[in-house]
Amino acid sequence: MTLALIIEALVSLLLICGGMFAFTGSLGMLQFKDFFMRLHGPTKGTTLGIGCVLIASMIYFTATQREPHMQELLITLFLFLTAPVTGHMLAKTGLHMHLRFTTSTRGSLPELLDEDVGQSRVAKPARPKRPGSSKNRRRQLLKTRGR
Amino acid sequence: MPTRYFPAPVLSLILLITWLLMVRSLAVGQLLLGLLLAIGIPLLTRGFWLPFPRVKHPIKLARFVLRVLADIVVANIHVSLLILSPKRIPHPGFIEYPLQVQDRLAITLLANTITLTPGTVSTNIRLDHTSLLIHVLDMEDEQALIQAIYERYELPLKEIFEC
Repeated sequence: MTLALIIEALVSLLLICGGMFAFTGSLGMLQFKDFFMRLHGPTKGTTLGIGCVLIASMIYFTATQREPHMQELLITLFLFLTAPVTGHMLAKTGLHMHLRFTTSTRGSLPELLDEDVGQSRVAKPARPKRPGSSKNRRRQLLKTRGR
Repeated sequence: MPTRYFPAPVLSLILLITWLLMVRSLAVGQLLLGLLLAIGIPLLTRGFWLPFPRVKHPIKLARFVLRVLADIVVANIHVSLLILSPKRIPHPGFIEYPLQVQDRLAITLLANTITLTPGTVSTNIRLDHTSLLIHVLDMEDEQALIQAIYERYELPLKEIFEC
């Protein structure tokens, strides 16, 4: 009985922690001032947030179904393998697009060679001309589908 | 001859365990299928690999992994606090970290570790493997940070692969 209670408390705690970490990681996207700072949220906060949820899932299903559940370890493993690589790719793209960073950026940004950032600035993808035009299109699509 | 059919025994073992975990059974059929995959995938993908360095000290590697896991938790709490406290304005910055390891796998591991741990994201690596560009979320002291990364992560990696 007490064991069930302890497990329940542990699972709840892990779920709450996971939710908190994932939330703050995403909040960082909103709060930080430039692209490179925003990268820090999803590469770290979200990783641990999901990690906590997965551990909670492992404990819960192991306890309730009386057989070990280890699949979640695989998800964690893949996440830890892919999150830094994605972060690196995004950061590299940011460098190639010569994105501006906040003026409070410290340190000496070393001279970037052509081989690092490409010879010219990579163009940003074009934005839709009228704001809301894609929304209108979707509404029209829905209408035609409704008929 | 075994190297011809088992180019990477460790990878094969990991693949087999991954397969068995995924199907969640130890039936003979699944074991055979897993073995087939564990032998087939390394043979098929062999052409894409770089020469794989040998892990000289598995115990040190395990200790390194544990340390990184602990650091990830610390990093998360640190970054979360930074995000949640609006008063504390972070001072972002770029640093150029001089690389000492030259092995590609070791550099990859180091870059990934840096991205996963306290307030740092590896941004760029020079093609000649001389330095790594790191973006720091909240920088206090450039030299101290370089020293810390060297002692905590690069030195253990250097010892693990002896390069």
